[in-house]
Amino acid sequence: MTTKQLLSGNEAIARGAYEAGATVGTGYPGTPSTEILENFVRYPDVYCEWSVNEKVALEVAIGASLAGARTLVTMKHVGVNVAADPLFTLSYIGIKGGLVIVSADDPDMHSSQNEQDNRHYALAAKIPMLEPADSQEAKEFTKLAFKLSEKYDTPVFIRSVTRLAHTNSIVSHSKPTNRPLPQGFERNIKKYVMIPAFARLRHLEVEKRLALIAKESNELSINQTEINDKKTGFITSGVNYHYLKEIYPEATILKLGMIYPLPVEKIKKFCKIMKRVIIVEDLDPFLETLIKAMGITNVQGKKLFPLTGELNPDIIRGSLSTNKSSPVSINIDIPNRPPALCPGCPHRQVFNVLKKLKLTVSGDIGCYTLGVLPPFSAMDTCIDMGASIGVAQGIEIASNRKKKNTVVAVLGDSTFAHSGITGLLNAAYNGRHSLIIVLDNGTTAMTGMQPNPSSGETISGNPTIQIDYHKLGESMGLDQDNIREVNAYKEDEIEKNITKLLTSEKLSLLVIKGLCVIFKTRRIKQLKKGK
Amino acid sequence: MNKPVNLLMVGVGGQGIILASDIIALAAIKAGYDAKKNEIHGMSQRGGSVFSHIRYGEKIYSPVIPEGQTDILVSLEEMETLRWLKYTNKKTKIIYFKNEILPANVQEYPKGIEQAINKSFPNVYIIKPEELKEKISSPKYLNTVLCGFLSNFLNLSKGQWIAAIKDKVPKETYELNLQAFETGTKLKT
Repeated sequence: MTTKQLLSGNEAIARGAYEAGATVGTGYPGTPSTEILENFVRYPDVYCEWSVNEKVALEVAIGASLAGARTLVTMKHVGVNVAADPLFTLSYIGIKGGLVIVSADDPDMHSSQNEQDNRHYALAAKIPMLEPADSQEAKEFTKLAFKLSEKYDTPVFIRSVTRLAHTNSIVSHSKPTNRPLPQGFERNIKKYVMIPAFARLRHLEVEKRLALIAKESNELSINQTEINDKKTGFITSGVNYHYLKEIYPEATILKLGMIYPLPVEKIKKFCKIMKRVIIVEDLDPFLETLIKAMGITNVQGKKLFPLTGELNPDIIRGSLSTNKSSPVSINIDIPNRPPALCPGCPHRQVFNVLKKLKLTVSGDIGCYTLGVLPPFSAMDTCIDMGASIGVAQGIEIASNRKKKNTVVAVLGDSTFAHSGITGLLNAAYNGRHSLIIVLDNGTTAMTGMQPNPSSGETISGNPTIQIDYHKLGESMGLDQDNIREVNAYKEDEIEKNITKLLTSEKLSLLVIKGLCVIFKTRRIKQLKKGK
Repeated sequence: MNKPVNLLMVGVGGQGIILASDIIALAAIKAGYDAKKNEIHGMSQRGGSVFSHIRYGEKIYSPVIPEGQTDILVSLEEMETLRWLKYTNKKTKIIYFKNEILPANVQEYPKGIEQAINKSFPNVYIIKPEELKEKISSPKYLNTVLCGFLSNFLNLSKGQWIAAIKDKVPKETYELNLQAFETGTKLKT
């Protein structure tokens, strides 16, 4: 009997990995990807970890795969930037146990700092990419991705987007396939050691493999055509397929499940029988560029649709016809309801102080990014995870050195572990005197309370180490007096320490400690339940 | 039933919108329908606006309700009702909690919302949370009260609703949730 369940795209990817026999999952939390690993860890006989960042997650995954385990790696779109270094070489060395990488993109930036289109990574790194359209496909495509990975000795991307990740739709379960027992690592230096001489040979293999996959993509049932008329045909993929069907249930569509490499013959055949072909895709003209490069001339795409934001049924309809709905309108000004730091949040006090002291604040990614909004308005830059520390150093270098130090870097505990530590080491090594403030609330709050190296527990709830900031700072040559820990709720203590450390001619690390309030409440409840 | 049922549930982070919409979507699949449910969370966990699209019917394509096609707009906060009007039409039923939650840094709550809504829509149902205080054990069950109230308008059986609640709520709160659901079914329609 098959069971039917409502699953989110993220839950379905986790289920797919389980059914495909994957036994290892790594990743770094990031909306909209986070729930994949949180669900995967619940399956029996599965090892999962929150790695400190996406690069490490991918490197651990590579090791697991080379030792024979089927492995799932998850991250949000900007996380792939962090993992890009091992990614491109992984494409050369290939895999042993199937290796599937989920890139969860965020068109429209529901909770991201940019809306980059990660389909370009498939093209650039020469890695096949599948794009599911709903939860059932998310599960099936994940299973197929593991199969293709092992068949062609390649990592495979699953591209998800926010609307897929956070939409629940019906999924029917099947039995998990046999989990192969990892046979362990076997030496193969020409395949796994990428010195130039070996890498040149591997690049040839990558090109050969891509050609084979491209050929098979013409036969893959996930690239499907629905032909109803020959006047206008659409080429699309992912959730946009459903938007199209919503407004034109009878549309003629070539729905691409594999968006790289493309099924060239199938596309050529489709375009040949159509008078006009319209490509419906979010963000960049990715499919459009590749299809036009096939010499096909009767296609249109971004000429009709916006280059920014996500598409939806209304935008698609609006771009293709002049029919508009006439909604009810009420003329009352409704104030915006922007997200804000929670009442009682331990980050509030430090931002009060930073505002009061009129400091230049080099910020970072996390809840505390909200310190940029009123009433604090106390953040001046925010670029990517860990950038706060590097950017503060740059400002310090370019500013008048004799001027009083007025720059501070602010980042959270998870972000510090993610890529702050290397920034701190750089500052220490190059003799900077900036003040680095770590806001340690004991958890990765923004994405929903994932543990990290400052939490003292792992994704499975097992106890583990907690960063010792004093020892860490000291090992990088910081003076003990320039490493301080302060209670997040003692505003005057915070102010006193910031003022004092800013006058220091040396690099300083101020750790402000206070448990996230949501996390604390949850903990108290668990304790009451006796967990 | 060829036309899908479109339910848009809106409010403020922390009001239990996600759980309520999970229950509705699950009740719909228990009734044999195709269903999709979509919400955006992330930064909205920090007190921002939250919304959830729930659609069910014979076959559901888009997880997002097209503009103007909402059958029922359910709001757990008064002014949030207005933020999503582009998804409504004249026939949309409006159900909302008479609840005022000021956004951070806003001093004054917008005025005249109730009158404006009553003027614009023929089918408006206002639920006053304080009148429910004695009937439910805690305000955290208001979302299940809402499910009970909605059951008066949707073609799902009581058994399907109850099965969905049982699947979705923590075991130890099941009885209290059921009581809240019953309370909701008896509110004036």
